[in-house]
Amino acid sequence: MQQSDTISAIATPQGTAGIGIIRISGETAIGTAEKIFFPVCGKKLSDMESHRAVYGHIRDFQGELVDEAIALVMRSPHSYTKEDVVELQCHGGTMPLRRTLALTYEAGARSAERGEFTKRAFLNGRLDLSQAQAVMDVIQARTRTSLKVAEGHLSGQFSGRIRNLRHDILEQIAHLEASIDFPEDEIEEVVLEHVEKKVVDFINLLKEMLRTAHAGKILRDGLTAAIIGKPNVGKSSLLNALLREERAIVTDIPGTTRDSIEEYADIGGVPLRIIDTAGIRRTEDAVERIGVERSRSYAEEASLLLAIFDGSRELTEEDEEIMGLVEGREAILLLNKKDLKLAFPPERLQERFPALTLCPISTKEETGLQELEKAIVQKVYGSNFSGEEGSFVNDERQAEILRQAEKHLEAAQNTIQAGMSVDFVSIDLRSAWEKLGEITGETVGEDIIDQIFSQFCIGK
Amino acid sequence: MFIAGKYDVIVIGAGHAGVEAALAAARMGCQTLLTTLSMENIAMMPCNPSVGGPAKGHLVREIDALGGEMGINADKTCIQFRMLNTGKGPAVQALRAQADKKLYQLVMKETCENTKNLDVKQLLVESLMVEGNMVKGVETETGEQYLAENVIIATGTYLKGRIIIGESTHDGGPNGQRAAVKLSASLLEHGIRLMRFKTGTPARVDARTLDYSKMQLQPGDEECRNFSFMSEERTREQVSCWLTYTNEATHKILRDNMHRAPMANGVIEGIGPRYCPSIETKILRFPDKERHQLFLEPEGLHTNEIYVQGMSTSMPMDVQLDFLHTIPGLENARVMRAGYAIEYDCVDPLQLKPSLEFKSIGGLFSAGQSNGTSGYEEAAAQGLIAGINAALRTQRKEPLVLRRFEGYIGVLIDDLVTKGTNEPYRMMTSRAEYRLLLRQDNADSRLTPIGRRIGLVKDDRWERFRKKQEAVQGALEFLQKEILTPSQETQEKLRAAGMELIRTAMPLGELLRRPGVTYEGLQKVFDLPDLEPEVRKQVEISISYEGYIRKQKEQVERMEKLENKLLPENIDYAQVASLRDEAREKLAAIRPRSVGQAGRISGVSPADVSVLLVYLEQQRRMGNNVQ
Repeated sequence: MQQSDTISAIATPQGTAGIGIIRISGETAIGTAEKIFFPVCGKKLSDMESHRAVYGHIRDFQGELVDEAIALVMRSPHSYTKEDVVELQCHGGTMPLRRTLALTYEAGARSAERGEFTKRAFLNGRLDLSQAQAVMDVIQARTRTSLKVAEGHLSGQFSGRIRNLRHDILEQIAHLEASIDFPEDEIEEVVLEHVEKKVVDFINLLKEMLRTAHAGKILRDGLTAAIIGKPNVGKSSLLNALLREERAIVTDIPGTTRDSIEEYADIGGVPLRIIDTAGIRRTEDAVERIGVERSRSYAEEASLLLAIFDGSRELTEEDEEIMGLVEGREAILLLNKKDLKLAFPPERLQERFPALTLCPISTKEETGLQELEKAIVQKVYGSNFSGEEGSFVNDERQAEILRQAEKHLEAAQNTIQAGMSVDFVSIDLRSAWEKLGEITGETVGEDIIDQIFSQFCIGK
Repeated sequence: MFIAGKYDVIVIGAGHAGVEAALAAARMGCQTLLTTLSMENIAMMPCNPSVGGPAKGHLVREIDALGGEMGINADKTCIQFRMLNTGKGPAVQALRAQADKKLYQLVMKETCENTKNLDVKQLLVESLMVEGNMVKGVETETGEQYLAENVIIATGTYLKGRIIIGESTHDGGPNGQRAAVKLSASLLEHGIRLMRFKTGTPARVDARTLDYSKMQLQPGDEECRNFSFMSEERTREQVSCWLTYTNEATHKILRDNMHRAPMANGVIEGIGPRYCPSIETKILRFPDKERHQLFLEPEGLHTNEIYVQGMSTSMPMDVQLDFLHTIPGLENARVMRAGYAIEYDCVDPLQLKPSLEFKSIGGLFSAGQSNGTSGYEEAAAQGLIAGINAALRTQRKEPLVLRRFEGYIGVLIDDLVTKGTNEPYRMMTSRAEYRLLLRQDNADSRLTPIGRRIGLVKDDRWERFRKKQEAVQGALEFLQKEILTPSQETQEKLRAAGMELIRTAMPLGELLRRPGVTYEGLQKVFDLPDLEPEVRKQVEISISYEGYIRKQKEQVERMEKLENKLLPENIDYAQVASLRDEAREKLAAIRPRSVGQAGRISGVSPADVSVLLVYLEQQRRMGNNVQ
């Protein structure tokens, strides 16, 4: 519960709005925004006048373009919270918006608590006295809903894993603390090399969770899917059908090459970056060959392949090429033109890839698309993609907590490697343990002391 | 009714809390009465003969830094000193000493008897005198009244004390003392909630009947240590302790007789501390443990009584003798005093303000084991604060409330009055969230200025403190100003000393950040002024752990904003509609002093804290008297 530190949050309802606004407020709001937003005019945000909009790019720390945006700097006290505020008006799509939000955290903001902007607005004298009661109600009401939402997001397995991890960390803390508080009792000596091994295990576990995390990877970066197939098999129609089917089209950035098109769609809650590749076939034409090579490299980069085949004709050599690309990859097989008479039994494809899902579709009639969506969602949530089901991190806040816990654990590791003593190690472990408690909502209380007494026989 | 005397402050009980309370109040200029059940037992140590240890040693240093007595008294009367945790980090190093119990009492008694403004009397206080919601004095068993605007309850384990040894129980205080039987009823009558706790102590055995060849010697440190910043002892006669272990035969006797254990058969109802379990509890809770260690600690230079640490018990006498005789070195031990358990009434500390004054009765304070704590040091720390605050109240000044980042004393009292306790509370370093700041080596820089401000730190201590601080400051500035360049000469010196070379110019002090580099080590290489060992230590710690210390200080700064938001005493939580019911009930019952304290109450969520902040701002704008 800090007062003047810098907070950020998405200020617009999530989903289908045309634009999405990220609001950053606090002493270092402008400095934070400056690290990720770069005006096209070349000026710095901190040199901008108050209440003047500026167009620019949002870039991550590697300099990669994330989104285009309008930034609005509102200097204290002329803002909603009466603090320095920067609003970034982004394309409304879930993916770039969340990505940008994550960047504000990396740039030094922390995620705002529910109702915190309103609370600050009131405490800083922005809101009228008569609104006090409303503000208090908002704080409690938002907390209630957010808890409900959070509970909904917390799958049993995810919170179970966090609880287990916290317990394992707590055991290490209890050992260190018991050896500190009861040096004359019979407590197994703390061997910091052993603690370090454990810490490395904890870090790996967190890395694993973050890697497989819905938010950590897919929600943040989107899932990249490439549509591959021989020419005229219905790739573009599939893309169009997917986009038409989903009203949640968020932005369309034309592909950087002429021969591939990127689109963003929200398929069953999964932000999908779809690349429509040029047809893959053998060709002598030099120009066309460049396009085909590019398609291949897109196919290699993508996390998911949507391999499309023409069901109305016999499989060709070109289809064989496609199957070669699918080999050993995460993919969904699509048998198009199911409205026409099938030229070969679908089993033939299925036998070749027994582990993959096969969906007969018709891009022309737009049928079979729901099955395809289900298959995509299944891929993301299912066991194939990311280890166990339920290990997903469901929102950016959770991912941020995991990342911070990981940082504390890395600090513990560094402390051990630097040859520092146990009391320093314990401090870092404790920070990690407390941080993770924010996910499960467990409070600090007497846990450490209870653990010491249940783990060790202590006493004079 | 006979009015036998009028004082500013009356302290009931002259144990470790009582003596600190009385000395502090008297030294701050209050006419003070210290009452005891027995003049022979002032500052008695009814349990183990040791003072200090992790967190507890820190408390002693803090008591001393504020101008309390425990550290000085321990330095004068202890017969073995050990610095514990020396390899575990600067924040958790702690001094632990073995006291000559009788000498400890005698010296403390002498100090009390010779302190200006302080009367010591043997009296049994039976009831409180309260008018309206203000305390007016106390009444004794013989009927005389002593009047005072401030009364401090420091009754230890004497309130309705009951001694239990096996099947035998009787009313009484520790070591054959009387119990204060009627005072409990008087407290209840005035609406004070009491709890029933239990603790215990092991047998004392005759030093002449032990076989030392079967035990390991546990000597004290070679270096002479002191608790007090004022002590100048440089040498000290020390005695040794011995270490031995229980075995399967011991455990079998205990298991076979478990049905006779008072805590197993329902004779004991009070709640005991987890960190001082009786040997029978240890056997029950950790049945797989093959042996338990025990230390044999002499109780003084002029007695043969040896304290058997680790063997606290309330088993019947025949069982105690049987199991002791199974232990190597104790085969022929003769018991001089039996182990026993004691049950007693204590005050639920949630009824207290952070000043240790009762919320419901003005001028009435409670301190020590009677607040549900355990340990001499915890008691003394509270006694000191209660004494100081009774004196400040007399002077119509604001009470002294130490913050959690200022001292273990602050953590201890904040925990008690915010969270309460459901077992005898013991201080541990793991209870302190700003442990790196609360070191025993810097207790003076944290607290001596505060002690000075309230008038408890006299000129001699203040002068000594200022000199030390100046020396530390001077040395730090010197080390910062003295720039080391990577010249041939410098590199040669470093190489000769076996130290890593430097790459760029840097302040000399930077070298202290390197692991294993000490000021003394640098003195051998460079021309540096001599420093007192204590000054050297401050310099080393503040440079080498600067990053960690700064991080904790930043945490403190963030928390302080909420600590500084005081909640008005008359706040009506029923009017704060948006609080959740649980939070509203807890807040109304505990009535925290600040928003920060409110946030530490279990059941008060961060959202509730936000609601409180908004409510405070609302009240402020409406012109209500909110700070």
